[in-house]
Amino acid sequence: MGIQERLIEDVGLRRGVSQLTPEKIEKVVNAVLKGETGARLKTYAETCMRCGMCAEACHFAGSHPGDPSYTPAGKVHQTMSVLLDKKGRVDPDFVYGMAQLAYTECNLCRRCVHLCPIGIDTAYIMSTVRRICHKLGVTPQYMQDTAHSHASTFNQMWVKDDEWTDSLMWQEDEAREEFPGLRIPLDKEGADIYYSVIAPEPKFRTQLIYQAAAIMHMAGVDWTMPAQTGWDNSDMCMFSGDFEMMGRLKRQHFESAQKLKVKRIVMGECGHAFRSVYDVGNRWLGWRWHPVPVIHAVEFYWELIQEGKIKLAKKFPGPVTIQDPCNIVRGRGLQEKLREVTRFLVDGDIIEMHPNREHNYCCAAGGGVINCGPPFKNVRVDGNLVKAEQLKATGVKTVITPCHNCHGGLHDIIHHHKLGMELKFLSDIIYECMEKPEV
Amino acid sequence: MNAAYEFVTGPLAWAAWGIFLLGSGWRLYSMRQLAMKKDASSWAFMDLGFSLRSIVNWLIPFNALGWRKNPVMTVTTFAFHICLIAVPVFLVAHVVLWTEFFGVSYATLPDNVADIMTLVVLAACLVFAGRRLGQKEVAYITTGKDWLALVIVTLPFLTGFLAYHQVFDYQVMIIAHIVAGEIMLAAIPFTRLSHMVFAAFTRAYMGSEFGGVRHARDW
Ligand code: SF4
Ligand code: SF4
Repeated sequence: MGIQERLIEDVGLRRGVSQLTPEKIEKVVNAVLKGETGARLKTYAETCMRCGMCAEACHFAGSHPGDPSYTPAGKVHQTMSVLLDKKGRVDPDFVYGMAQLAYTECNLCRRCVHLCPIGIDTAYIMSTVRRICHKLGVTPQYMQDTAHSHASTFNQMWVKDDEWTDSLMWQEDEAREEFPGLRIPLDKEGADIYYSVIAPEPKFRTQLIYQAAAIMHMAGVDWTMPAQTGWDNSDMCMFSGDFEMMGRLKRQHFESAQKLKVKRIVMGECGHAFRSVYDVGNRWLGWRWHPVPVIHAVEFYWELIQEGKIKLAKKFPGPVTIQDPCNIVRGRGLQEKLREVTRFLVDGDIIEMHPNREHNYCCAAGGGVINCGPPFKNVRVDGNLVKAEQLKATGVKTVITPCHNCHGGLHDIIHHHKLGMELKFLSDIIYECMEKPEV
Repeated sequence: MNAAYEFVTGPLAWAAWGIFLLGSGWRLYSMRQLAMKKDASSWAFMDLGFSLRSIVNWLIPFNALGWRKNPVMTVTTFAFHICLIAVPVFLVAHVVLWTEFFGVSYATLPDNVADIMTLVVLAACLVFAGRRLGQKEVAYITTGKDWLALVIVTLPFLTGFLAYHQVFDYQVMIIAHIVAGEIMLAAIPFTRLSHMVFAAFTRAYMGSEFGGVRHARDW
């Protein structure tokens, strides 16, 4: 039992490992452990009572009953514990397994925190393992490609500068047929709202930008999108362990908002990007809080609804269920607002998955796992039978899913298990149901 | 025998308490220094209110998700820790020693209650050992350090129980019991038992992060 018995070929991992020597590994491991970790890692390593109570937390463990190597403490046992015990004296083959485990078998979802009496943050330990792998140059190829894109273009999808503004103008053009007078204001100084998205939106989900523009327009929001880099709030570098690049990305994002002297940043319906901007990147940069206030789309829509700025022509036919994205629920406590928005939009019941809210299971795509690409698709689909059962038990056809990663993950699970459910962003539903001008 | 008894209740006891108290203090202090130096971005979010919120919620049996999902562990852990602390602190025979050496005296547990509580500790140790051997997810992660901690904790209670019931030679057993107790005290700062020193802080940190930053429960 263990990662060494389920290795999957990946070009990036293989090439990285082929360039390692035991000396180099030892040096890098100890440089990270001594230079970048402290009391947190030390107390976690020492006080984990090896009680196994966290086993139940993890969807990977729940989906592989009887295999303890998928439990949170089991994963630490195969990775960080070994590095600490052997003081970094491990061989390249070990690093392959450690990298595969840390990048593809843990979503950094933090559900295990709710099961551990000591309060051990396994996600932090696994991120530190990833950090070491990054420093060793052993990262999954697909994920590394997105990290390279971040480093060269400041967005995740190799979108060129002109393609970005072009996509916005194209969407503006299209939307003006339905909403005469609609604008996607670029670089508008002093706007109330700076709206940022993840790069997959201009790349393949441009309708989301269209919908956001429609909602802003109808709600009469004073908003803008930046024409220059900084518009992409996503962050695969946070997940690959390239924290230096993560810092540059977040700085760019905040500075572009600061240059425009906007009042607030509203981030689109994405979970990991929110984690990066709200919780992680700012700290790397040494900012306790954010130089410009940041809110997630769920909270923004909730505000608009409170202010009566979203007017519906009809309600969306329920019943529906809700996927609680880890990064905005365990990461920001938006579970009740998410339900209030849903109740406003939907005619019919919300059939909850169990468990839900802070205790919900991850989609198994988050934490960069889906970004490790096709070689590891089955790892996350088979690793989340738990979610398939949760979804199936609701018996509904629609899953409200306000997160890009959850969309990707749930889409594959639903397809694989032929559950026949459709996924909706909140903006899909708001757009579909809101009052529109008669043209 | 008398000389041995004098030694274990005299110099050895001082040494054990000294190692326990100074060792724990030093470990806490050095961990705090390390946290301030290396974990500044975590340290900055420590918050007393949210720390206590988390600790209190985890001190209520079956309140946190972790307890609810592990009922056997919940019952065992709570019973174990309560008895583990109450028996040595409130045992008549121990309080007598405090009175003899320092003239202090306080409430005690009736002997028969303490006896049952000792059995509870021993039974809990058996449950823990059974899990380590028989429950896959626990066996997989169990290391020598975990067995060591379990043995260190079991011995004072086992020897104390045998001495009280005068099984084997009382004199030998009582000395073994005192030594076992002293080993346990001295081991606290330097073994897995150090969770006695640190767990409140790891919990407090999680509580602070979830309360202050993530606005969510951590139980
Ligand atoms: S996937 Fe989530 S529950 Fe499983 S070990 Fe990682 S953080 Fe914990
Ligand atoms: S991480 Fe927590 S719950 Fe899991 S084995 Fe360690 S102490 Fe137990």
